[in-house]
Amino acid sequence: MSERPNVRIVALLCRWCSYAGADLAGVSRMKYAANVLPIKVPCSARVDPQLVLKAFSEGADGVLLAGCHPGDCHYLKGNYKALRRFQLLKKFTSQMGIEDDRLRLEWISASEGSRYADVVNDMTTKVAKLGRLNWRREIAIEA
Amino acid sequence: MKPERTKPKLAIALGATCSGCDYSLLDLGAGLLDVTDQVEIVYWPTGIDSKLEDLQAVPDRGVDLILFDGAVVNEDNLEMARLCRKKAKMLAAFGSCGAYGGIPGLINSGSPKKILLEVYQGLPTRSDKAEALNFEGEDALPKMLGQAYSLDQVVDVDVYLPGCPPPLKLVAGLLTDVLAGKAIPKGTFYASNRAVCYECKRVKENKSIDAIHRYHEIQPDPTRCLLEQGIVCLGPATRGGCDAVCCTQNQPCRGCMGALPHSEDSGAEMMSALASIMELNNENKEADYTGIFDGLNDPLGTFYTFTLPKSILGRRKVDQS
Repeated sequence: MSERPNVRIVALLCRWCSYAGADLAGVSRMKYAANVLPIKVPCSARVDPQLVLKAFSEGADGVLLAGCHPGDCHYLKGNYKALRRFQLLKKFTSQMGIEDDRLRLEWISASEGSRYADVVNDMTTKVAKLGRLNWRREIAIEA
Repeated sequence: MKPERTKPKLAIALGATCSGCDYSLLDLGAGLLDVTDQVEIVYWPTGIDSKLEDLQAVPDRGVDLILFDGAVVNEDNLEMARLCRKKAKMLAAFGSCGAYGGIPGLINSGSPKKILLEVYQGLPTRSDKAEALNFEGEDALPKMLGQAYSLDQVVDVDVYLPGCPPPLKLVAGLLTDVLAGKAIPKGTFYASNRAVCYECKRVKENKSIDAIHRYHEIQPDPTRCLLEQGIVCLGPATRGGCDAVCCTQNQPCRGCMGALPHSEDSGAEMMSALASIMELNNENKEADYTGIFDGLNDPLGTFYTFTLPKSILGRRKVDQS
């Protein structure tokens, strides 16, 4: 990527798989878009919809959720809950006018460093196409 | 001869509201007469003969308690909210509209311009398409603000009395505290700090839902938790204090009491809660969850009926154009 697009993506990565995958991408010296801000969470099921909404309202242009592949959750069933929450949340965010590409859920295992890099690159490209979100919770009242 | 002690002054002012909160005070019955014995009502357009001038004539901070019901959606509401703040010693957001934006707050799911066009020109049931709306001149309509606000988004609010309408015992609690001269900390909620479920007497046993039903689609068992029967009940994410009155009447909670103290977005809390118990007994590698929420057509309207302006996102995305 020659020029860095001016978008910010918050990635909420599960501690056991996806964050380790991101680590692997790092130690393998893979190159991927620097627009992503990785945040380690204990499990993808830890991601309350409020965290995602907060990210959007405070300046994120995209939010990436990542967890273990189905069947691999460290806590057995966390990622299933994450998937269902994601589906419901997505319905709501699309009603609020947030484009589909801005919110994404991916399963990334600890050995899939290259997949993490690919997902981040792909998402950055798509979000960059949409541009900044510039969420405004309130329209200022003129005094 | 002067009276021994002047009565505390009370005013009830309105923003964008159905004024149901006002009328709910009539449920006090004869108790209302006791209230009027003990306080002097200086302004209450729905209840007594009073004009805006009566409120304007009071010196600043001259009214002990002003209950403001309604959201702030146009310039009139804004002016009224600011006037109340100026005149009140204590300003209470009265009802869900004042506290969270309420039903008028749902205009944040679109834009006021679109809503006006829809209501006055677009409705299929209207035969007389209204002419251009008049926002200028002498008898102009008040200008719409860009969105709906809760009261505390435009002025400082001292206490909150959520509910649609606020349960009478909570209103009575506030009035009693004010009459007793009790110090009420700023930001006090006259509501419970626990969820509605805590007050709901229904039997809660097996939290797993297979399908979401709309209320008219099934005949719910009157003794069992509505959520367990697949009806979206916002009880788990909503403040109590109402004695779960809707659930007692076989109706699901719609969330009028707003978010619990630890949360700022009851809608998101409820989405989280609902999604985690949906198909809870079907969690395995092969499970396919596509379309499990198809029965829920309108998450925005379901989870944010009363709280949209105060939620984290607050409003629909603003068109950049």
